[in-house]
Amino acid sequence: MSEPDLASVLLERRICICVGAGGVGKTTTSAAIALGLAARGRRVALVTIDPSRRLAGALALSELSNEPQVLSAAHLAPTGLDLRGEVCAMVLDPKRTFDELVTALAPDERTRERVLANHIYRELSSAVAGSHDFTAVAKLYELDRTHEYDAIVLDTPPSRNTLDFLRAPERLIQFLDARALRMLLAPAGIGARLAGRAGTPALALFRQLVGVDLLGEISQFLSSIGGLLGGFRERASAVQALLRDPASAFVMVSTPESEPVRESIAFATQLRDASLPLAGLVVNRYHPPVPDPAPQTAAALGAALGERLAGRVIAAGGRAQVLAARDAIGVGRLEEALGSVPRTLVPIQTAGIGELETLGAVARELFGL
Amino acid sequence: MTSAATATPLLERRLLWVLGKGGVGRTTVAAALGLLGARRGARTIVAEVSARGELPELFGHSAGEGEMELADGLWTIQVDTRRALDEYLHEHLPLRMLADLVGATRLISYLAAATPGLRELLNTGKVWELAQPQRRVPLGDPYELVVADAPASGHALGLLTAPRSFARAAQAGPIARQGGRIDEMLHDRAQTGLIGVARPAEAAVTELLELRASLRESAELDFDLVVVNYVPPDGVSAADGRALADALARPAGLSADARAAIQRARFEERLASVAREQVAALVAELDGVPVIELPALYVERVGRAEAESLGERLGRAL
Repeated sequence: MSEPDLASVLLERRICICVGAGGVGKTTTSAAIALGLAARGRRVALVTIDPSRRLAGALALSELSNEPQVLSAAHLAPTGLDLRGEVCAMVLDPKRTFDELVTALAPDERTRERVLANHIYRELSSAVAGSHDFTAVAKLYELDRTHEYDAIVLDTPPSRNTLDFLRAPERLIQFLDARALRMLLAPAGIGARLAGRAGTPALALFRQLVGVDLLGEISQFLSSIGGLLGGFRERASAVQALLRDPASAFVMVSTPESEPVRESIAFATQLRDASLPLAGLVVNRYHPPVPDPAPQTAAALGAALGERLAGRVIAAGGRAQVLAARDAIGVGRLEEALGSVPRTLVPIQTAGIGELETLGAVARELFGL
Repeated sequence: MTSAATATPLLERRLLWVLGKGGVGRTTVAAALGLLGARRGARTIVAEVSARGELPELFGHSAGEGEMELADGLWTIQVDTRRALDEYLHEHLPLRMLADLVGATRLISYLAAATPGLRELLNTGKVWELAQPQRRVPLGDPYELVVADAPASGHALGLLTAPRSFARAAQAGPIARQGGRIDEMLHDRAQTGLIGVARPAEAAVTELLELRASLRESAELDFDLVVVNYVPPDGVSAADGRALADALARPAGLSADARAAIQRARFEERLASVAREQVAALVAELDGVPVIELPALYVERVGRAEAESLGERLGRAL
């Protein structure tokens, strides 16, 4: 098999970020890309967020770990790949990654403890939209800085749109920005207000409505996060620069079905608007074209299998043709919208084989191995 | 298939939640239920809490703000946290206090985002509001059926547990009362139903079972029905599959076209047999929750006609 264009692109880049809608096989594709790069001799870090239990089990990731673990060659043997390189895999725990970041940026122990214990911090680090995205890119940056890997493959968390992911650092900074909040709370200075526990009318209203008194927590949060903000800001701009680095490649993962196609096109538009060119497209669960059988085929099948079974075989062929036609339309729409980006169509895989066997097969499709 | 007799009253409840992993066809099921409800004469709305605009798209419309009519008797809305918060504030605050809010919207949004579970409570609260016989929003006409298309599993759990958390954790105040009222409706089997959706594939089945375990544990809620989407046709049976393998193993006599056709049929048979295993595993694990299978559709895209026919199937099975 010759090397597909997409593989050439991926082999040239240091970072591969897989984006796409939920349920399209993003995690499987990320793992297969990592394996393919390892088969081509690279030392690869695979960062995944929330793999299915079966995939995690297959990759020996049953222990959730924020640190990369080397997948042993013996373990990966069922993939059937000749792995000249190595894959280190990790399942990201967003909350823990965020805590690690605070630990790294906090000027002293006391500040660190106060931030980590604060209710508002705890809520935003695990629940605020974008915090998962932020921790994913923060980890990407950290791994890249170690210079221990030839390539890093990131499986992005499912989000409503790609921009959430791209804007995560910026949005988080806005959220954490104590100065902006201070101005909102009281242009004249929050200290006096908080000390008097009067708060602004809005804060008083909020307390009255929600019945949760956030005043003390906010005050504590603001004073403790202040020392970290510079570090967060710096980190966020470094992450943004990394996403825009020519060594980074965004790969869109989709299936040819109409709904994922629609979402993928919307994602691609957002990437383009953010001046982040898409480096490749992977279309999973693709049904290849089924030519019309020669006229005498039905009779030959009838003779070999009997009328009933031959009828079922022909009906199955008809369904395969419908799916192939549907997929051709979906792929056509993707190509039209995405332009001439290198793409690989990964045929729907045989059911009932092991997860590692499937990963090996997908890696072979992607890299022409 | 499990008997659906116990689920018969499902369509007579006011509020149906549709839950499941991304990509399993939740929105198709929500649309099918919505069309079924409307056809039966109930003024129906499908609320997209995931707010991806999939439902208007399925009907060939672009997503808009507020309640939007899609078909006779069928409406849709994209639930938006910010709007829900605005509506809530307007309902609960006296007019003179609203003036104070001008310029404070960002602060309120900040506080709402930082308050554990509040976003979820606001979204669930909006769905609850749609299902009230007396609407809270000005000029709102009541709906007899609300189908809530929930976001993917983890977020859905937050939506269903937030009201109870607030009812218990908040000190007195309107939110605690509101949380209590919403939680009561969620647990009222005469008013609210929970429908899980899966594909006959390992990841979707596992995730649905995990969601069910969490629902039972943290919210004392359970599915009233599970819908398995995309079930491949029986076509070729396992015994047929062996006969096909034998035919392929014979040394000669088949053209390349005939062999390719047989290989495709075997491929389909293996997909179908894995799907059957997954459905069987799901049914066994669900111990008694009715399961309805919907067939894989061999169409380019699922549109209104397909959703209608799936709705009719659901109607017959329920």
